[in-house]
Amino acid sequence: MAYLIPSLRLWLVTLLVCVVGYTLFVLAFAQSVAPFRANGSIIIVDGRAVGSELVAQNFTSDRYFWPRPSAADYDAMGAAGSNLSPTSETLAKRAADTVARYGATAANPVPADLVAASGGGLDPHISRAGALYQVQRVARARGIDPAAVARLVDDKGIVPGGPFAPDPIVNVLQLNLALDRLKP
Amino acid sequence: MFTAILTIILIVGGAALLSWPLGHYMAALFSGRFARADGLFVRVAGRAAQQDWKQYSIALLAFNALMFVFVFALLATQHWLPLNPDGQSAASLDLVFNTAASFTTNTNLQHYSGESSWSYLAQLGGLMWLQFVSAATGIAALAALARGIAGQASMGNFFLDLQRATFCVLLPLAILVALMLALNGVPMTFEGAAHATTLEGVAQTIARGPAAAFVAIKQLGTNGGGFFGPNSTHPLENPNFWSNGFSMIAIITIPMACVWMFGRIIGRMKHAGVIFAVMLAFLLLKIGGSVAFEAAPTQAFVHLPVMQDVGNLEGKELRLGATTGPLWAVLTTSTSNGSVAAMHDSLNPLTGLMPMIGMWLNATFGGVGVGMINMFLYIVVAVFIAGMMVGRTPEYLGHKVEGGEMRLAILALFSHALLILGGTALFAATAWGQATLHNVGAHGFSEILYEFSSAGANNGSGFEGLGDNTVPWNIATGLIMLIGRYLPIIVPLAIVGSLMAKKRSAESAGTLSVGGGSFGIMLVITILIFGALTFLPAAALGPIAEHVTLMR
Repeated sequence: MAYLIPSLRLWLVTLLVCVVGYTLFVLAFAQSVAPFRANGSIIIVDGRAVGSELVAQNFTSDRYFWPRPSAADYDAMGAAGSNLSPTSETLAKRAADTVARYGATAANPVPADLVAASGGGLDPHISRAGALYQVQRVARARGIDPAAVARLVDDKGIVPGGPFAPDPIVNVLQLNLALDRLKP
Repeated sequence: MFTAILTIILIVGGAALLSWPLGHYMAALFSGRFARADGLFVRVAGRAAQQDWKQYSIALLAFNALMFVFVFALLATQHWLPLNPDGQSAASLDLVFNTAASFTTNTNLQHYSGESSWSYLAQLGGLMWLQFVSAATGIAALAALARGIAGQASMGNFFLDLQRATFCVLLPLAILVALMLALNGVPMTFEGAAHATTLEGVAQTIARGPAAAFVAIKQLGTNGGGFFGPNSTHPLENPNFWSNGFSMIAIITIPMACVWMFGRIIGRMKHAGVIFAVMLAFLLLKIGGSVAFEAAPTQAFVHLPVMQDVGNLEGKELRLGATTGPLWAVLTTSTSNGSVAAMHDSLNPLTGLMPMIGMWLNATFGGVGVGMINMFLYIVVAVFIAGMMVGRTPEYLGHKVEGGEMRLAILALFSHALLILGGTALFAATAWGQATLHNVGAHGFSEILYEFSSAGANNGSGFEGLGDNTVPWNIATGLIMLIGRYLPIIVPLAIVGSLMAKKRSAESAGTLSVGGGSFGIMLVITILIFGALTFLPAAALGPIAEHVTLMR
């Protein structure tokens, strides 16, 4: 009993402070200061939710830029990586399919990020090189000048970590939204 | 390479700088320097009598038993309780056992995906609560150990220490990190999943929830359990490069500060400096190896027309940068955190070995509080061997280390290896393990070895291809987590209790100095012999075999 009663009192107090109090405080802060972020960065177009800025969605049409492969098939309720070893034959087969889809050749190799699946299967970005690689296809499918599409890629490119992570990347959903605005 | 070095300096250096004032503060806190807060805590606990090592251990176990029972009940009944907007159904009892054991022991091994298994109430009221109090348990145990070594009359009071660690260390830091995460894009809402229609007209359901609060304490308390299945690779759990950097610093800072806190309480900052340097040297070695091995391209792509110029990208997120995957992998396994920002199953074979080494040593900073406690075991062994070599009675800071203490230290160190290697042997030889593998050959063996290393070291990361939500896996790893947690906490307390009972001799010129380089080297050798050589044969069967046969 000498141990049980203090334990019970600690149980109650830590629950009240660390679960109820802490959660409500963070919730109130997030919802008042950054409500868009706090609710999952959902992008609304014409009153309709088209997805989350931070979560990849699948694009299959030639008219859109394609995201990185997803082991979870872009299921945002069951995110997952492939968990395949880099030496795996299954991975080599999957990669061969992706390479064929892009029609890559030794003279025109596809950037690795378009072939490698991301950790959560929901990576919203592709590399700038990966976006430029798709410019010709998208421009042809939409009947617009490839240079205009390439400019759009440059516009939307960001450097994720300044001098610490300098390779530029592009958010696929934002890029495709901009594409639709350019020429629906 | 230059950006890699820059990132490593930023993260490890930043955390080391922060750990100094934090360690100072924690030492003051646990020395009773904040009387007003202590007064409040005594009122909560009822009273706060001084405890010897047995009473302290019983109090610790009693509260931890209550933690386990409460969360077991909450998880098992979540489908009847509120705050379940996505209608999560009942979980199997073996999974409930595994999860309750996992979070009570500060492990956070997850044989489930959060977004499809637990209600918001279960995640916050059960798992997040344990992320606070299990971490606080480890810090409290270290404070008790340090008091004993310092020569104080008692080990303090567990109920007081637990509140100090929870309310004065973890909570303020968690608020800070949670607010930063929320600003960067980690969701914080009680709304259920969002429904969207994609630009191509397909319906997409997007899991969200009160993640920012959860993720902050997950990083700080060396917990590691993610709100979403793929942990910090999930863009809603780790939205950009800066949230990623903050998270890494949050992972390593408190374990670093624990060394300084230990040094201040025992009044030997030079000794703490040697310990810190030894831990840091191991950490940097593993980081160097990991980043270098991961710079090799994905082997499966080398015969295809794929342009690979930033190393292996399978299982990695672009926004986090090319270096941070392997860097995080080492930080999260050197401490007993276990959150991931790249899928460890998809790391290059030798990169994957680095996290395993971290878990095998389990003391190169280690879990909050317990990492330093594990290092104390290595110190006892090193002191004993050094004493034998020079033919003197082994003494640690004037405490006579004799056969009894030595037996206990070896018991704790040896049990770690036995749990990991015994479990691996059993599951590698039977369908319990073989039937659950995701990769074939040596990599499959690595999946089993990693899972047991993670459970034994209370880490919680995994080679997640393994189909581990089965009854044998849930029960075996559940038991190993429990033994691997409490044995290495109680045994060191018993050792110190035994040292406290003996007359402490004055230190003379002949006493082994624990504040210099030669002791540091002795400690490194002890760690290598015990920690690394024990596991070398298993490493040869897994990652090393995979590397030499397939990476060419």
